[in-house]
Amino acid sequence: MVLLRKKNSIREKLLSQSGLLEKRIAVLGGSTTAEVVDQLEISLLGRGIRPLFYQSEYAMYYQDALYPGEELKAFKPELVYVHTTAMNIAHFPAMGDSVQDVEKLVEEQCNHFRAVWDGIEKHFACPVIQNNFEEPWQRPLGNLDGSDYRGRTRFVAALNDALAREAQQRKPLHIHDIHYLAARHGLDRWFSPRLWYLYKYALELEMIPHLAYQLSAVMAALWGKTHKCLVLDLDNTLWGGVIGDEGLHGIRIGSGNAEAEAHGALQQYARELKERGILLAVCSKNEIENACAGFTHADTILTAADFTAFQANWNPKSDNLDLIAGQINIGVDSLVFLDDNPAEREIIRAQLPSIAVPEVGSDITDFVRILDQAALFETPGLSAEDLKRVEQYRDNAKREIQQAQFATYDEFLGSLQMTAEIKPFDDKHLDRITQLINKTNQFNLTTRRCTEAEVAQMMEDPHRITLYGKLSDKFGDNGLIAVSAGKITGDTLHVELWLMSCRVLKRGMEEAMLEQLCKRAVQKQVKTIVGHYIPTLKNRMVADLYANFGFVKIEESEQEVTWALDVSRGLPPIKHFIEVSHE
Amino acid sequence: MSRDEIRQEVQEIFRDIFDNTSIVIVDSMTAENVEGWDSLTHINLVSSIEKHYKIRFSLGELDELKNVGDMLDAIGRRIKK
Repeated sequence: MVLLRKKNSIREKLLSQSGLLEKRIAVLGGSTTAEVVDQLEISLLGRGIRPLFYQSEYAMYYQDALYPGEELKAFKPELVYVHTTAMNIAHFPAMGDSVQDVEKLVEEQCNHFRAVWDGIEKHFACPVIQNNFEEPWQRPLGNLDGSDYRGRTRFVAALNDALAREAQQRKPLHIHDIHYLAARHGLDRWFSPRLWYLYKYALELEMIPHLAYQLSAVMAALWGKTHKCLVLDLDNTLWGGVIGDEGLHGIRIGSGNAEAEAHGALQQYARELKERGILLAVCSKNEIENACAGFTHADTILTAADFTAFQANWNPKSDNLDLIAGQINIGVDSLVFLDDNPAEREIIRAQLPSIAVPEVGSDITDFVRILDQAALFETPGLSAEDLKRVEQYRDNAKREIQQAQFATYDEFLGSLQMTAEIKPFDDKHLDRITQLINKTNQFNLTTRRCTEAEVAQMMEDPHRITLYGKLSDKFGDNGLIAVSAGKITGDTLHVELWLMSCRVLKRGMEEAMLEQLCKRAVQKQVKTIVGHYIPTLKNRMVADLYANFGFVKIEESEQEVTWALDVSRGLPPIKHFIEVSHE
Repeated sequence: MSRDEIRQEVQEIFRDIFDNTSIVIVDSMTAENVEGWDSLTHINLVSSIEKHYKIRFSLGELDELKNVGDMLDAIGRRIKK
């Protein structure tokens, strides 16, 4: 309610933040969008994104997508959000319809939206976020509506299924599940016939901030802003009781009573997050032996091996959280911290304001639902890399142990038996390349974000050199973890993209990518390679990268530093221990 | 609740919605007098009033709200019930 009433002063405060990422979003509505845009702006600002909006004239989503006017064309949206709802379903089945007629009706409704997505692709080649449909607010068939082939709820289910299938095929299309949102809040809270007749708002004003919260999480994830690691407290969070006082057989986990089952549910949920690529960590005030012992309980669902980082000591949790972020090599703002203790939650919110600390309250039975609904781990898609992430971190831990055994770092690198595949962009790796471009923040020279369509264009462009890098060693496969690309003008190559996952820092992949880039540049008669460094709050680590490779600084301003390397007389000496396959 | 008490509360709502702490509302005030009071903000204004007082204006009443004075009267009638 506050978000509706005080939105103007809230917006002013949020706009004063520094480092906001500007994005142009076109909102094409099938109903009134004014409040949706206002609330979306506030939600996005809260996530560090400053949106610039285009709104279609009332309900003109179809016309704008197929026949955009000059204003929309000049706006050049980076993202289109299609704000339609069940109120935009053109025809529900009629009583005289046959089964085939109803199927045809589903197909017609889908074709209507396919034309919208085709139009957006043709004119703007940008991602589309499309609402699916919430349950219809009237059921003339009553209960039968849910099972009869002419029923409205069945019809909506068929439409939503068709939309979901379409999104699996069309890369730029992302479905925004308002069907679920409306169900969770309740149809009676979601839709007000009165508000529809009066002002053509397809949902209650009070629901709009909820829509905006979820929608902004989906959008932010498209631009690489999402959380990557769930840090969990132990006592009274992952199990009932305090293990230091009650011992292994005193804590409650798994089965036997409601409390044990509720804690078990949280462990199970955390495990499922892990299965989809979210890292888990422990941050507990306990002796390390006691902390580890808890995971040997007969009914435990998580084990110590499920955690990528594990801090159990008596130091302040804020120090431990910093340490965990450092160990995993991610920003502190990628962490989510779950703790039953309200005092700990408050301290962390005050000392590390960029960490997400869900307000889980004090009842363990609520924890999973609150965490789930906070939409902290949204992702535009799941890649093979996501599913292997935890395993890859485990392999990394083994590398670190190995490193401790060598006298010199070079010997350690040699011992890894590293091999890499460094080749031009191709269709097979297109979505992982795009994912990496959009979520890498630290080892990223230009932090230039690209849609999959733009990456595909780079791939086809004969005046560009593009490279992806995959790195393996005797401990495992790191997957595709580096991207370099540049544009050739005359005899100069401008490096527009150079980014790499922090997991493989200082193994020689920096050198290997540069070496391949130089080789291909020289093959194309390039005489000078120009590197661009655009400083951000997160990429200070690469400020001197070009200098370290012998580039000469040719220009410097607050926004950009430009470096040049003369390759006309051959390649600079580059040393690394990686066997590269590049054909 | 007196009409003046209602006026004070509605003034707070105006001040929040227009993000302007110096707005003073008078009976004759209309959308013409306040910057930013358009048809879309009007919806938020009416909705905030309804939520604050836990009342609901009828469709007919909504048509009759021509100025702030009308709003205060309509609120007064509804909360008496």
